[in-house]
Amino acid sequence: MAEKLISKIPEGPLSEKWTKHKSQLRVVNPGNKRKLEIIVIGTGLGGASAAASLGELGYNVKVFCISDSPRRAHSIAAQGGINAAKNYQNDNDSVYRLFYETIKGGDYRSREANVYRLAEVSGNIIDQCVAQGVPFAREYGGMLANRSFGGAQVSRTFYARGQTGQQLLLGAYAALNRQIAEGTVKSYPRHEMLDIVLINGEAKGIIARNLVTGEIERFGAHAVVLASGGYGNTYFLSTNAMNSNGSAAWQCYKKGAFFANPCFAQIHPTCIPVHGDQQSKLTLMSESLRNDGRIWVPKKKEDVMKLRRHEIKPTDIPEEDRDYYLERRYPAFGNLVPRDVASRAAKERCDAGYGVNETGLAVFLDFSTAIARLGVDKIRERYGNLFQMYEKITATNPYKEPMMIYPAIHYTMGGLWVDYNLQTTIPGLYAIGEANFSDHGGNRLGASALMQGLADGYFILPYTIGDYLATQFKNPKTDTNAPEFEEAEKAVRAKIDRLLSIKGKHTVDELHKKLGHIMWEYVGMARNEAGLKKAIELIQELRKEFWADVYVAGDKDNFNQELEKALRLADFLEIGELMARDALNRKESCGGHFREEMQTEDGETLRDDKNFMYVATWEYKGENETPELHKEPLNYENIKIATRNYKD
Amino acid sequence: MDFTLRIWRQKNAKSKGHFETYEVKNISPDSSFLEMLDILNEQLIHEGMDPVAVERGCQSSGPVSFDHDCREGICGACSLYINGRAHGPDDEVTTCQLHMRKFKDKDIITVEPWRSKGFPVIKDLVVDRRAFDKILQAGGFISVGTGGVPDGNAILISHETAEESMDGAACIGCGACVATCKNGSAMLFVAARVSSLALLPQGKIEGAKRAKAMVAKMDELGFGSCTNTRACEMECPKHVTVSHIARLNREFLSAKFKD
Repeated sequence: MAEKLISKIPEGPLSEKWTKHKSQLRVVNPGNKRKLEIIVIGTGLGGASAAASLGELGYNVKVFCISDSPRRAHSIAAQGGINAAKNYQNDNDSVYRLFYETIKGGDYRSREANVYRLAEVSGNIIDQCVAQGVPFAREYGGMLANRSFGGAQVSRTFYARGQTGQQLLLGAYAALNRQIAEGTVKSYPRHEMLDIVLINGEAKGIIARNLVTGEIERFGAHAVVLASGGYGNTYFLSTNAMNSNGSAAWQCYKKGAFFANPCFAQIHPTCIPVHGDQQSKLTLMSESLRNDGRIWVPKKKEDVMKLRRHEIKPTDIPEEDRDYYLERRYPAFGNLVPRDVASRAAKERCDAGYGVNETGLAVFLDFSTAIARLGVDKIRERYGNLFQMYEKITATNPYKEPMMIYPAIHYTMGGLWVDYNLQTTIPGLYAIGEANFSDHGGNRLGASALMQGLADGYFILPYTIGDYLATQFKNPKTDTNAPEFEEAEKAVRAKIDRLLSIKGKHTVDELHKKLGHIMWEYVGMARNEAGLKKAIELIQELRKEFWADVYVAGDKDNFNQELEKALRLADFLEIGELMARDALNRKESCGGHFREEMQTEDGETLRDDKNFMYVATWEYKGENETPELHKEPLNYENIKIATRNYKD
Repeated sequence: MDFTLRIWRQKNAKSKGHFETYEVKNISPDSSFLEMLDILNEQLIHEGMDPVAVERGCQSSGPVSFDHDCREGICGACSLYINGRAHGPDDEVTTCQLHMRKFKDKDIITVEPWRSKGFPVIKDLVVDRRAFDKILQAGGFISVGTGGVPDGNAILISHETAEESMDGAACIGCGACVATCKNGSAMLFVAARVSSLALLPQGKIEGAKRAKAMVAKMDELGFGSCTNTRACEMECPKHVTVSHIARLNREFLSAKFKD
């Protein structure tokens, strides 16, 4: 099966690969495009931009989302910005520098050719969004404004206040609406994909549940595009939206699509700390805040204790008694180190007993220096909505007192394995955006998720999918009465009936919280061999408990949110195990994956390039069978492999 | 904190709804309103599991359905009419950002769905807002395809204009304006989009046409007319103001003059 892992990376010099590849891709003539149908799952930046662009090309597109409107996909919550190598600031930015910083930020575990292409099309994204009417921040002369983000030494992040994801998604959603109005795209809101259908080994349709009526419906196509996001909610508490889930990707995995680097999960350093066990989700405070905010904890333990007892305020602690630990440890990047580095540094201080809230799991993010330098108005203009959000949640005014923050699960770099064309190991099945694994290696840099989603959807997939569809236009419409559809629908119905018939003693959320605890404890910010082995055992036990003792309220022929959650949890209980298995296999520390056995003397990640410079790709082998590992070696022809250094 | 909840229950679009009363106890003041509803739902599910209670005649209607997703005030999924106000008693927040510390211990809280002809109830507190998508499909876009566009800096936009456009673009499409309006008008929602695009040079070109098409679609879908009560801007969680409605009216009139 290993021969399936053909990355199709074009030959030739790095900067010419994409251009050359495009010229060799087959195209479908306009008349034939009209005969071809494409299903797109998800309407975030990847899904909406892909569906709109494919509709514009003349294909017949069906687009599905689980929310009541495509506009609600979780891309909407991205705050800080989108990277592009425009070099508008004349600070010596270039395609190469964005490429280099992304590879380095990912700790040398992503593909050179994919990342270079991403950097190459990044500028087009900004142009496209401006043309759509995205109100990016502007300088007084009318030019586009930029700010800095973690892991970058130049200012290349474009933004619309703290609502960049929202504005980019509204741009893509508008493009999608235009195609819906023209009739090239048909939208199916409140529909959840529950299985992928293969005919002769190729992706030819889906089974979906209409979430309003409960009906199980069949949809056929010539190709399927998965843009269903990541699986961060395996941890229960994360910055993901409540309904974000890994189920669509997981069904594809179980039908033969390989899953790559599942253990690479990003823990974001600046989230509002957990308030208690009634908590349902965690709220992110944008990384852009680290442009002007300084992170610190007290130097003295007695100050820590007084803070926890509310005897003093953070503003009472004099400058010389504050430990700006990121500036201390990483002088070159300071508060703008990549996310994984900042998260571990916060954990290190809190583990050492310097956490500043009652639980001891929080550090300060302080704007007083920036307010003194720039004034309150400037800070309000840059981050007003974030400050307001913080105040509403915590009842503390961040203009007057520092914010309290702590790391939380935010993004998954792992996902379905794809080749250079973004095609999975199942022909006709493509994965884009967070749903694939391809561009971020062991750690994603801030403001790069939006870039990747839109690069895939606007500028890459619309070309590469044509290469496959050029082989399909002679095929008739997919017949949804085919036995393959029959069988898939039967299996979906059986799964739903089984879940509803268990009538056990535990609610879906109770079991999901248990899974979350196991994941955070053993597959979280620090991992070790014994813990990972234990996690696998515990998850297997919990999965048994779920199938024996879950209680799913309500029935199947109705709007039923408990049933939706149960179906997703059934998959998280399998995804969690694969994450632990992958983390156990990767006996090195890199990016967000920190194996305690593998660290330098000062607690930094220690890679093992000799043994682990590969994409760990897993093949499903059946229920309760151990999946098979395939390795795609990573070759660095242009970048010199080095230890990540943010110190000097 | 303890609360008494009066919640609208409705099996589906066709059935008649009614209020049911529930008690919830030991709610943290730091919990959000939706987290409080999560706790109620866990309670209701446990009641439903208990065959003895069911036999005793405890007729649980099961957990309460409500729309929610990002829980950080940006996706626009959550709704709820709480004690007679869209998104509850706090200002400039969505329901998911409303915290229980805004209530008093032992409060009685009434929770209803958006009530508007344009948003039929799907179940309990969940309503169908597809009409908003349809209004935007009528013209809430700039007619530009992927590719072939000029450099971002080739279109200069003043700082003030970009900021003003952003004020309208901040709309999250939650529907609080419609739910609050005595006429059930979607004017603020339509205006936010029309005005945000009309302010920009790239959006100005189709401004009049866009205004006319979106207003016509709004009327067609059963939303009421605007009578300038400004209730919408009072309840908008994103502080979209009626100045956008003024700009919409300008665009609309210019379209009418052209007719």
